[in-house]
Amino acid sequence: MHDRFTVPADGTSLLDMRRYVIHRLTALGLSLAVASLVIFAVVELVPGDPASYMLGTGAQPDTVAALREQLGLDRPWPMRYAGWIGGVLTGDLGYSFTYKTPVAGMILDRMQVSLPLALMALVLAVVIAFPIGLYAAARRGRVGDTLAMGVTQIGISLPNFWFAMLLVLVFAVNLQLLPAGGFPGWGHPLAALRALILPAVALALPQAAILARVLRSSLVETLGQDYIRTARAKGLSAAQVLTRHALRNALIPVLTILGMQFSFLLAGAIIIENVFYLPGLGRMIFQAITQRDLIVVQGAVLVLVAAVILVTFLVDLGYALIDPRLRK
Amino acid sequence: MRWSLILGGVLAGLALVAAALSFVWTPGDVLQISVAEKLQPPSDQHWLGTDQLGRDMLSMIMMGARTSIAVALVAVGIGMGFGVPLGLIAAARRGGWLDEAIMRGNDLIFAFPSLVIAILITAALGPSAVNAIIAIGIFNIPVFARVTRGGALPIWTLDYIRAAQVAGKGAGRISLQHVLPNIANLLIVQGTIQFSLGILAEAGLSYVGLGAQPPTPSWGRMLAEAQTMFAIAPHVAIVPGLAIVITVLGLNLLGDGLRDALDPRLRRSVP
Repeated sequence: MHDRFTVPADGTSLLDMRRYVIHRLTALGLSLAVASLVIFAVVELVPGDPASYMLGTGAQPDTVAALREQLGLDRPWPMRYAGWIGGVLTGDLGYSFTYKTPVAGMILDRMQVSLPLALMALVLAVVIAFPIGLYAAARRGRVGDTLAMGVTQIGISLPNFWFAMLLVLVFAVNLQLLPAGGFPGWGHPLAALRALILPAVALALPQAAILARVLRSSLVETLGQDYIRTARAKGLSAAQVLTRHALRNALIPVLTILGMQFSFLLAGAIIIENVFYLPGLGRMIFQAITQRDLIVVQGAVLVLVAAVILVTFLVDLGYALIDPRLRK
Repeated sequence: MRWSLILGGVLAGLALVAAALSFVWTPGDVLQISVAEKLQPPSDQHWLGTDQLGRDMLSMIMMGARTSIAVALVAVGIGMGFGVPLGLIAAARRGGWLDEAIMRGNDLIFAFPSLVIAILITAALGPSAVNAIIAIGIFNIPVFARVTRGGALPIWTLDYIRAAQVAGKGAGRISLQHVLPNIANLLIVQGTIQFSLGILAEAGLSYVGLGAQPPTPSWGRMLAEAQTMFAIAPHVAIVPGLAIVITVLGLNLLGDGLRDALDPRLRRSVP
């Protein structure tokens, strides 16, 4: 890119970075705005209007009218959207219609289960994936590689909720090592951690399979580069080349996938939390759907989507810091 | 590697055959409830056992294959139907505002956690197989748009495209007559991958009660119904799960095999 602000040599990269950050920030704001609009629109799509949908068919007309007024349904939608977003920006996600408590507080409560679960799963996925990916890349083209990739192929094909049921069958029902479900609360830290082990494994394994495959193919590609040959030629062992030179350069695509996986983990947790009866955000969304509590659904989905968009933004920014070529 | 093509074809073919066969014959009647025969393990009479209502599991699996395949197939159709034209337009107008608008729109949809939005859509429109198709299909659109554009861009730089332009062909005709046939391989491979993802997504949505509704048999719902009994009768959970894994694994292997067979240079970027 050539414009009058471009200064040669060192200054370039700093300006590039600033321009990149501004560009990404604009995209972030736009994404969040569109996401909130989509969520708002989908809730508007419910049959009838939100008030009669939430109260069901047996409701008294005056009850419906009261809720309609509370929700401000007599106002045009742009005003209602503005009111909703205004609340969201000040941390007010409205009041749950079934629990009569602030939705923001409910979400914070449930996050105490969902966030540790997603993080545990992410760490597990990395811990499982790296040895497999490194091993397969080191043995590329040989039996060990084929076997490892065969295993990951199966891992990718596993529905995580089914895998979760198998884990319960083996480790809770048969071996009775771990609880089959439920959550004792962080007041009992050890029991709480134990309750999250099986769900985290169920979430992590299919993601680990994807990660291992990406790591392998990225490593194999890196190992074909000239500077790897140079490193080998100057006498480094295959293992040294792999861990010191190849791994570092192979990490960028791996980081991309890892960032994307956070979104999979949050979304996947929605289903897994239902398998294990965990009182997390996902289970709350489902309960709210069955109770037709649209205010809770809207708020919780917005928080989830915003979290994913923010993580993607941070990951993008992270690369640009690592790799100046990406600032273009 | 040819073996992945063959193995994948056989595994994925199993589901297709089961679904096709179910239109003319199933070993038992899936609407026939017989509580006396409930939760039986696999036997000569019921090869895959019976479920909590005494229904023949093999018949349920065969009928469920129909739902899975239909939902995933139509969802891929939606993705291709909208995504491919968008990608072709973006490539034909590369660098222009239309290209920019299409690609930014894509990025936006990509940023959404698809399952969360699918859940929101099915929750708002009501749970049904059709709404599951729409929810899964929408997220296939940007995938195909991106693959189409990525595949079409290098083709637009080739000499014979210039020749076609000189001969007076418009961007639309060039896209259809020259670009599209050249990226068909790419689309077939991506279609196979999205097909397998669609089957997983359908199973997940049905499992949480937002997909196909009773009495339509569905693998995901069979698993949901097995949830409370699999401790006493493990086969009710193992059988539908295996059906999903075998089909998805088959499609993934098929996708890999097709990619290698159709174009050895092509690499699957993100699984």
